[in-house]
Amino acid sequence: MEFFRIRRDIPFMRHALVFNVISLVTFLLAVFFLATRGLHLSVEFTGGTLMEVAYSEAADLNAVRKSLTDSGFSDPQVQNFGTARDVLIRLPLVKDSDSAKVSQQVMATLSAGEGAKPELRRVEYVGPQVGKELAADGSLALMLVIIGIVIYLAMRFEWRFAVSAIIANLHDVVIILGFFAAFQWEFSLPVLAAVLAVLGYSVNESVVVFDRVREVFRNARKRTMSVPEVLDHAITSTISRTIITHGSTQMMVLSMLLFGGEALHYFAVALTIGICFGIYSSVLVACPLVMWLGVKREQLAKPVKQKQEAVV
Amino acid sequence: MNRYPLWKNALVIVALLLGLIYTLPNFYGEAPAVQVSTARTGVTIDAELMSQVENTLKQASIAHTGLTLDNSGVRVRLADTDTQLKTRDVLEKALNPDANDARYVVALNLLSKSPTWLRSFGALPMYLGLDLRGGVHFLLQVDMKGALTKRVDSMASDLRTQLREKNIRHGGINREGDTLALRFRDAAGRDAARGTVESVLPDMAWTTSESGGDFVLTGRMKEIAEKDIRESAIKQNILTLQKRVNELGVAEPIIQQQGADRIVVQLPGVQDVAKAKDLIGRTATLEVRLVDQEAMLSGNMDGLEVYPERARNGIVTQVPVKKQVILTGERFETAQSSFDDANRPAVAVKLDSTGGRIMRTVTRENLKKMMAILLFEKGRGEAISVATIQGEFGDRFQITGQFSPQETNTLAILIRSGALAAPMDIIEERVIGPSLGAENIEKGFNSTMWGFLAIAVFMIGYYMVFGFISSAALAANLLFLIALLSLLQATLTLPGIAAIALTLGMAIDANVLINERIREELRNGVSPQAAITAGYERAWATILDSNVTTMIAGLALLIFGSGPVRGFAVVHCLGILTSMFSAVVVSRALVNMVYGRARKLEKLSIGTVWKPGAGA
Repeated sequence: MEFFRIRRDIPFMRHALVFNVISLVTFLLAVFFLATRGLHLSVEFTGGTLMEVAYSEAADLNAVRKSLTDSGFSDPQVQNFGTARDVLIRLPLVKDSDSAKVSQQVMATLSAGEGAKPELRRVEYVGPQVGKELAADGSLALMLVIIGIVIYLAMRFEWRFAVSAIIANLHDVVIILGFFAAFQWEFSLPVLAAVLAVLGYSVNESVVVFDRVREVFRNARKRTMSVPEVLDHAITSTISRTIITHGSTQMMVLSMLLFGGEALHYFAVALTIGICFGIYSSVLVACPLVMWLGVKREQLAKPVKQKQEAVV
Repeated sequence: MNRYPLWKNALVIVALLLGLIYTLPNFYGEAPAVQVSTARTGVTIDAELMSQVENTLKQASIAHTGLTLDNSGVRVRLADTDTQLKTRDVLEKALNPDANDARYVVALNLLSKSPTWLRSFGALPMYLGLDLRGGVHFLLQVDMKGALTKRVDSMASDLRTQLREKNIRHGGINREGDTLALRFRDAAGRDAARGTVESVLPDMAWTTSESGGDFVLTGRMKEIAEKDIRESAIKQNILTLQKRVNELGVAEPIIQQQGADRIVVQLPGVQDVAKAKDLIGRTATLEVRLVDQEAMLSGNMDGLEVYPERARNGIVTQVPVKKQVILTGERFETAQSSFDDANRPAVAVKLDSTGGRIMRTVTRENLKKMMAILLFEKGRGEAISVATIQGEFGDRFQITGQFSPQETNTLAILIRSGALAAPMDIIEERVIGPSLGAENIEKGFNSTMWGFLAIAVFMIGYYMVFGFISSAALAANLLFLIALLSLLQATLTLPGIAAIALTLGMAIDANVLINERIREELRNGVSPQAAITAGYERAWATILDSNVTTMIAGLALLIFGSGPVRGFAVVHCLGILTSMFSAVVVSRALVNMVYGRARKLEKLSIGTVWKPGAGA
C-alpha cells in the first residue's frame, strides 16, 4: 500500500496566508469562547465535593436533587454518569462547614430516602487552598514546557524555528481550551495533562518538518531552491509520515474514547482535538511563520559538522 | 550487510529477558491473604510469631497455601475470601487476646500469586494506585499556628507551677497571641523573677516593659524553638496517625509528610471507609481542667471559657472552666474502655510519670472540687466528663461520663493513639470503591489492547514485514514499560494506564519515521541494504529531537503535577525512554535478523514503494 503518490512538491507556501487566516479565525473564536463562557473547571480546581454513587436501577435524578436540597445542601449538581444507574453529584464548597463530613452526610441523606439504596463509588473532596495551588501549578507547568521547548529548539535549530513552533502550538492549546469552553466540557487534571502532552507532541511534529528543512538547506544539490520551495519540499516529503503517525496515535486515542469509559472521556477528547489541530498548525502555521520571520539557508547550512556531532 | 555486533544483540536479548521476568508477575493475579504486623514498637516479628500463627491455624483447622515471614510481618496465603475473613477473625482473637491493647495488626491483604522463583528475583506486580484497587486518600493540613498556641499555653501552665513552687509572687500570666506576658507589681520583683523565668523557659526570649502601672515581662518564642515545634508537631501527628491506622487493620498504609505542613494518608483496599474516615479525620485533643465553680453557681460566665456538656437525655449544660490546663493528651499513656463501680461505661486511663505527679498535686489541692475533661475537635470543645474529685489520685483513674460502650471504645482509641500536637484539617479527600477500581483496570486494559491491535493491523497491512517488525518493537516497548513500572514499584493509576496507551500511540512515530525513510531511500534507487542503514541513521536525529520535546512536556508535568497528573507523567516519561530503545535498537535487531545476512537482497517487504517515474 502507498497512500501518498505525490509527483511534485505541493505548493503549500503559496497558500500560507490562507492557512494562517483560517487558524487566526479559529484562534479568535477560541479566545472569544474562553472570554465569554470560561472553562467549566472540575472540583479539583474550584474546590468542592464530587461524589459518584451507583443505584441498582435507573436513578431518579430529580428525587436525588430534591432530597439533597431538602437536607440543606445548597446548589447540588446532579447528573448521570455513563449509565442511567450511575449518578454524579457535585457540591460547591461551603464556608465554615465541616466539609470533610459532607460525603457521609450525603450518603446518609440518600440512603434515608425511599427506594433503592445507593452504593458509594467514589468521593473527591478538594479544599479551597488545594484548588488554587493546582491551578497555579498547572500554569507553572505550562510555562516550563514553553520555555524548555523554546530553549531546546533554539539550540538545535535557530530561534526563528523555536518561536514559530511555540506560537503554532500554543495556538493549539488555546483552541483545545476554546473547545472546552464552547461546549462547557469539564476541565479536569487529566485534561490538563492531555493538553500538555499534546503540546509536546505537536511540537515534535514541527520538529520533524524542521529537521527536513535543515536537511534540504544543507543539501548541496538543492542549492537552487528558494526558501518557500524548500519548505514545500520538506512538508511534502514528510506528509506521508505525518498522516500515518497521527493516524496511529489517533487510533489509540479513539480506542480510549470507545473503551475507556467516562473517566478517560475528556482526556481522550482533548487529545483528539489536539492531534487534529496539531497536524494543521505545526505544519501549515509553523512553516509560514518561519518563512515570514526570514529564515535563510546560511543560518542553518554553515555549521554542518558541529551540528552532526551534537546528535549523539 | 546489516549486522549488529554480538554485544548489541546480547543487549537486546538480555533486555527482553529481563523485561519478561519483571512483567510476568502481573499475569498471575492475586490471592487473598492475611497479614500480621506489629501494632507498636517493642513488639517484634520473628519466627516465634510465625509458629504461633501456624499453630493457631492448625487448631482452627484452616488450610493455608503459604506462610511467609519478612520484615514487615507474617503473611498467610489463603484459597478464597471466605477463609480469609475467617482466618483474620481467628488470628485476631489468638494474637490480641485483649482487644483494648492490641499487640499486632491483623489485616486483610492481597498477595501476588506469582511462583516463588519469580519472587526470588524481586519481581513483583505493578503497584496499583487507589483508583485501581479502591481505598481512601486524605491530604491533611497541619495547623501550625494552633500547634504554637498550644505549646505556649502549656508553657504558661508549666511556668505557673514552677513559680508557685518557688514562691515567686506575680500578678498573673497571660498568653497574648504567641507571646506570654508576666505582670509584676514592681520592677524589683520583676527583675528578681527574670532569672527563674529564663531558666524555666529557655525557649523564649524575654523583654521588659511597663504598662498601666504594671511591670511586664514578655516572652516570645525563639526562632529555633519555633522551628522545632513545627517539625515535632508534624512528626507527632504522623506518629499519632500511624497508631490510629494500626487500629484499623490496613495492610499497606501510607502515611507521609508532604511539603512543610501537610500529611498524606493512603489506605488501599479499606473496607470500612466510614470508620477509616472517622478515625483519621478525628482531630481530637484532650485537656483536663478545673471547673470554675463560683461562676457555675452564680451563673455569671462572662469572660470565661465555657464548654457544653451533653447528657444522655439530650440536655446540654454549659460548663465554665479555668484557664489553666492541668494535663493535655500527650500525658496519657494507655486507655481502655471498661466499666466503673456502678457498671457504667468508662475509660480507664494511665498517665505517664510527669502526668501522674501533676495529677496527684492537683487532686490533693482541689479535693471535692470539680474537674472537667475536655475534648477538642475542629476548634470546638466539649466537656466529655465533669466529675467531683473524691480523693487524691495519681497516674491511674477512670473517666466516666455520658458514654455508651461504643463511645468509650472510640474514646479509648483516640486517647491511646495519642493526641495530635496540632489540629489538622482534611483539605483533600478521595474515596474509590473497590468495584470502581476493578472497572477502571478493565477499561484501561481494553483501551490499550484495542488501540494496540488497531495499530498493529494497520502497520502490518501498510508496511508488511517492516510493519510486523514495528509492531513487535511496539510490543517490546510495552513489555519494557510494564517491567520498569513493576521493578520501580511506581504507582500505577488510571491516568497512568492512559499514559501507557498514549505513549504506545506516540512511540509508533519513530518506526513510521524509519520505515518512511527506508521507502524514500528505495525510491531514490538506493540498494535495499544501504536503504536500511541510511533509513535508520537519518531517522535517528529526528527521533531524538522529537522525543526530547515530548520529554520536556513530560518532565514539566512530573515536577508540577500532583495526584492524577503525576501518575500520568511518570509513565509518560518512562515510556519515552523505553520507546527510544525499542523503536530504534530492538526493531533494528529484528530487521538485521530478517534481512541483515542476505548477500543479494533484491527487495524489502516494506509495502509498495511507489516511484514517480514508474508512471503508476
